[in-house]
Amino acid sequence: MNKLNRRDFIKISGTATAGIAMAPPLTGIWETIFPKEKKPLLENEAIKTPTVCEVCFWNCAGWVYKDNEGKIKKVIGNDIDPHSNGRLCPRGTGGLGMYYDEDRLKKPLIRVKGKNGKSEFKEATWDEAFDVIVKNMKAIEKKYGKESMALLFHGKTGPHFEHLFKAWGSQTMGEPAGAQCLITREAGFIATYGAGLASPEPTDVRNTDCLVLIGNHIGENMHNGHVQEVSALIDKGGTIITVDPRFSTMAAHSTKWLPIKPSTDLALLLAWMNVIINEGLYDKDYVAQYTYGFDQLKEHVQKYTPEWAESITTIPAGDIYETARMIGGASPRVIIHPGRHTAWYGDDTQRTRAIAILNAILGSWGREGGFYFPEKVKLPKEAHPPFPKPKWSWKNISREKHKMAIMGITNEIIDHALPEYKGPYKVKGMFIAATNPLQSIPSQDKIKRALDNQDFIVVVDTMPAEITGYADVVLPEATYLERLDHLRTAHHRQPNVALRYPAVKPKWDSKPGWWIAREIGIRLGLKDFYEWEDFEEVLDWQLKQVGSSIEELKKVGVKYFPRKTPMYLKPGEEYWFNTNTGKIELYSTDFAEWGYDPMPVYKDHGDTPPGYLRLIYGRLPMHTFGRTLNNPYLFELQHDPLLWVHPKVARIYGLENGQEVWLKNPKGKVSSFPIKVRITERIRHDSVFMPHGFGNKGRIFVDGKKMEMHRAYGRGILDSEMIYNIEKDPETGGTGMRNNFVTILTENPHNKKDKES
Amino acid sequence: MAIEVNKCVGCGDCVVACQTENNVPMGYSRDWIIELARGEYPNLFMHFESRRCNHCEDTPCVRTCPTGASHVIEGGIVKVTHDECIGCGACIEACPYEARYFHPDGYVDKCTFCDHRVADGLDPACVSVCPTTCMHFGDLDDPDSEISQLIKSRENYTLIPEAGTAPQIYYLK
Repeated sequence: MNKLNRRDFIKISGTATAGIAMAPPLTGIWETIFPKEKKPLLENEAIKTPTVCEVCFWNCAGWVYKDNEGKIKKVIGNDIDPHSNGRLCPRGTGGLGMYYDEDRLKKPLIRVKGKNGKSEFKEATWDEAFDVIVKNMKAIEKKYGKESMALLFHGKTGPHFEHLFKAWGSQTMGEPAGAQCLITREAGFIATYGAGLASPEPTDVRNTDCLVLIGNHIGENMHNGHVQEVSALIDKGGTIITVDPRFSTMAAHSTKWLPIKPSTDLALLLAWMNVIINEGLYDKDYVAQYTYGFDQLKEHVQKYTPEWAESITTIPAGDIYETARMIGGASPRVIIHPGRHTAWYGDDTQRTRAIAILNAILGSWGREGGFYFPEKVKLPKEAHPPFPKPKWSWKNISREKHKMAIMGITNEIIDHALPEYKGPYKVKGMFIAATNPLQSIPSQDKIKRALDNQDFIVVVDTMPAEITGYADVVLPEATYLERLDHLRTAHHRQPNVALRYPAVKPKWDSKPGWWIAREIGIRLGLKDFYEWEDFEEVLDWQLKQVGSSIEELKKVGVKYFPRKTPMYLKPGEEYWFNTNTGKIELYSTDFAEWGYDPMPVYKDHGDTPPGYLRLIYGRLPMHTFGRTLNNPYLFELQHDPLLWVHPKVARIYGLENGQEVWLKNPKGKVSSFPIKVRITERIRHDSVFMPHGFGNKGRIFVDGKKMEMHRAYGRGILDSEMIYNIEKDPETGGTGMRNNFVTILTENPHNKKDKES
Repeated sequence: MAIEVNKCVGCGDCVVACQTENNVPMGYSRDWIIELARGEYPNLFMHFESRRCNHCEDTPCVRTCPTGASHVIEGGIVKVTHDECIGCGACIEACPYEARYFHPDGYVDKCTFCDHRVADGLDPACVSVCPTTCMHFGDLDDPDSEISQLIKSRENYTLIPEAGTAPQIYYLK
C-alpha cells in the first residue's frame, strides 16, 4: 500500500495522541461536567430514562444513563428501536454535550437596542418576555391580521407552536426541511405513486440486491437506520452503485462509482431508462398491471441514448450500459434511492420523478428488496375546539405559484416579508422555533432585509445561533434530554411508538417547548385549546387510546403494534394508487394539466464559468448543520471544516494543505471567515467541496456581556453566505442551490479595520 | 479486536463513545480515525481505520516502563496503573502506534479495551456503539471464537507489523 502514489492521508478525529494536539484542549467545561472523576458507569448500575434523539431528525430512540447523583453520563441506543437498533451515531452518542454546553441560552432575553443581528439584550423573567410577545402579536393582529405573523420551525419543537398558531388563527408557516431539503423528492414520488416517502424512507435496503445512490451520501449523512442497512448490504455482498462527482465515503464502498459531471444526473437517469426499456430489462408484468403511460415513456426516452448521455455526463456510454444491465438484472430487488436533500438545480421534482419512474419500471415499489409499504400508529389528537379558519395561509403563499407545494415554502414566506412586497399576503412578524434561517435558507442578504422589515420577531432555541441577534424576544428552550415532546410515531416496517421523557430538570431557566407554547396560548386567551396542565397528560391519554400508557413506555421506550396490511404487494394483487388514473403514473396527468413536463425532460444547467469552481456542500457524519458545532464532544471530534480542492486547482492557486483561504462568488460577496485547504483527488477539478453548517457568526450582548457559541464562532465558511443563485423548482418552489460558483482568495480580503464587522 | 474497513464510514462514533464511557478529558483521545485515500481521479480507493492501542503481544511500552505501571493483565490487555505512573513518557516514545498520551493529571493514559465492560460481559464501548457493526471483539487465544474465525476467513492486515510487536488488532479488507 505504501508504494501507491498520491497517498492522501488525513486524520479525521481524536485530538491529542502522543502529545500532538490539533486544537487546544478544552478545559473548564470538563471539570464542571465530570469533576476529577474517573470511574466509568456501567449501564446496569445506572438510572435510565427513555429518549428520542433530536441531534438530527432521524429521531433514534435511546436510553439516557445517569449516575446515582442524577448526572447524565451517556446516551445509548434502545436495542428494540428500528431507527437505531441499539446503536446511536456519533451525534446521538455525543448528544449529552448539547445539554452540558455552557453557551446555551439560559434566561429569556428582551432586546434593548440595535438591529442587524448585533443586538443588545437584557435578561428578563418569563412573565416579562410573555407580556412583550402577547402585546406585539396582538399589535400585528390589529394592524395587519393574525395571518401576517408567520411561524418558521423545525424538529419536534415545531408541533407545539403549530398548535399555538393554528389555535390563534395563523397558518402562515413553513420549515426549511421542505423547500430547502426534501420537498422536491416528495413531489416527484407523489406525482408518480400518489404517495410520498417521508422519514425514514421506506427503502428495503437490507433485503435488496442492488442499491443505487445518486448524490446521496449515506455514511456522511448518518441517517442511522440507513447506514446500518447499507452495512448489512455490504456484508451480504449486494451491489452498490454510487453516482457522485465526489469520491464520497459510499463511493469508496461501492461496487461501481460513476463520477458524474455535476448537474447532469437527469441525463444518466434517462439513459438508464432507455437501455432498460429497449433491452427489455424492465418488469413487464408489473408495468402492464400497475403503470400508466409506458408507451409514451418508451417513445420519450428513445432520444436519450447512453451515447448522448456520455457527451453530457462525461460517464462513458459503456459504463452506462453496464450499470443499466446491473440495475435491470436485479429487478425487482433494486432501489434507485430517492435521496433526501434534493434541492439542487431547479428541476429537482423532475429529476426525482425520473428516479420514481425508474423504480416503477423495475417493479421495485411495494416489493421486497425495493420499497416496502410502511405503516404507522395513528394516535388520536387531544380534543379542542375547531381551529379558526385564517383568511389566508401558507397555501396562498406557496400553492398559487407551485402546484406541488405540499407544505409551506420558507423562501416564499421570506419573499412575502420583504419591504418591496406589496401584495395581500404580507408577513410582518415572525416566530422562529428551533431553526436558524440565516443558515438554513439561502440568500442571506435577502433574509436579513426581510428580518429587518419585521415589526416583531420571537426566537425559541437552545443555542444563540445567528438568528438570535435578530429577535426582539429570545426564549431559551430546554434540550431534548430535559423535555417531553410528541410521541414518535414515524412509519416503519412495524408500526411503533417511542417516548422522549425528560431525564433531568431543565438547566438554568430553560423551559420545554410545550410549556412555552401553552403559556403564550393562555395569555392570548386560548385556554380552550389547552385543557391540560402538563403535556404528559396528553401523551398518557393518547397512549391509553391504543392500549398503552406513559408508565409502560417509560419502561420500554419503544412499543410495537401489529401491521394492518401486508408490507409488500402479493403477486398479481389488485392495487389502487392514489393518482388520477389509479395507476403508477409514468406519464403524469396532473403535470400535463398544470403545464409541467408530464415526463422528465433533460435541461442543460450550463458550465462552470471560467475562473470559477462549483461549490459543492455536504455533510460530515458527526455534525447536523450548524446545530452541533458547539457541542463540546462533537466539536472535539471535528472542528476544522476543510475545503476540498483537486491537486490541479491547488497548483493553479498555489495552495498548500492546511492553508487558510477565503471564497468569493461572482456577485463579489467574500466569505466572512477563512477555511483551511485540503488537497485531495477525491474531488473533481472543476469543483470544491466543503461541509455545510460552519462559519457561525452569531453574537449578541446580554446586559453588556458577549454571548456566542464560542467554540463554533468563526470556524470555516457558511455555504449559504456564498450561495447567490437560487434555481427555483417550478413544481414545488424548492430552492436549487447547487448551481453556485466561487473563486479562491489566498490573501485576507478583510482589512484590519472591518475585520469581523 | 477485528475491524472491517470495507464497512467503516469514519463517523467517529467510536471516539465519542470512548470519551463518554471513560471520561477521557476534552482535547485528548484514546482512539481516533484515519482516512487513507490513494489513486488519481477517477481511479480511487479509500478506506478508514479506527485506531487505538494494539494491545501487542510483545510490548515495548511495558518493557521500557521504569516503575511497572505499564503492565499486561490476564487476557492480554495492556494497562497503565495511574498511581504508579511517574509520567516519564518512555512508553510514549516506545509505542510505534502513538497510542498513548499524557493525561493532564500527570500520568500516561491509553485504551483499556474497556476492561471494566469486558469483565461485565459487555463489548468495549467503541465496539458496542458502531452503527456499521464494523468492529468485533473477542478472545483471539481461542481458535474457535467468533472473532478468530472471522479473521481466519477474511483477508486482513495489522498496522506496522515490521515493528515486531505482534499487534492484536486486525483490519479486515
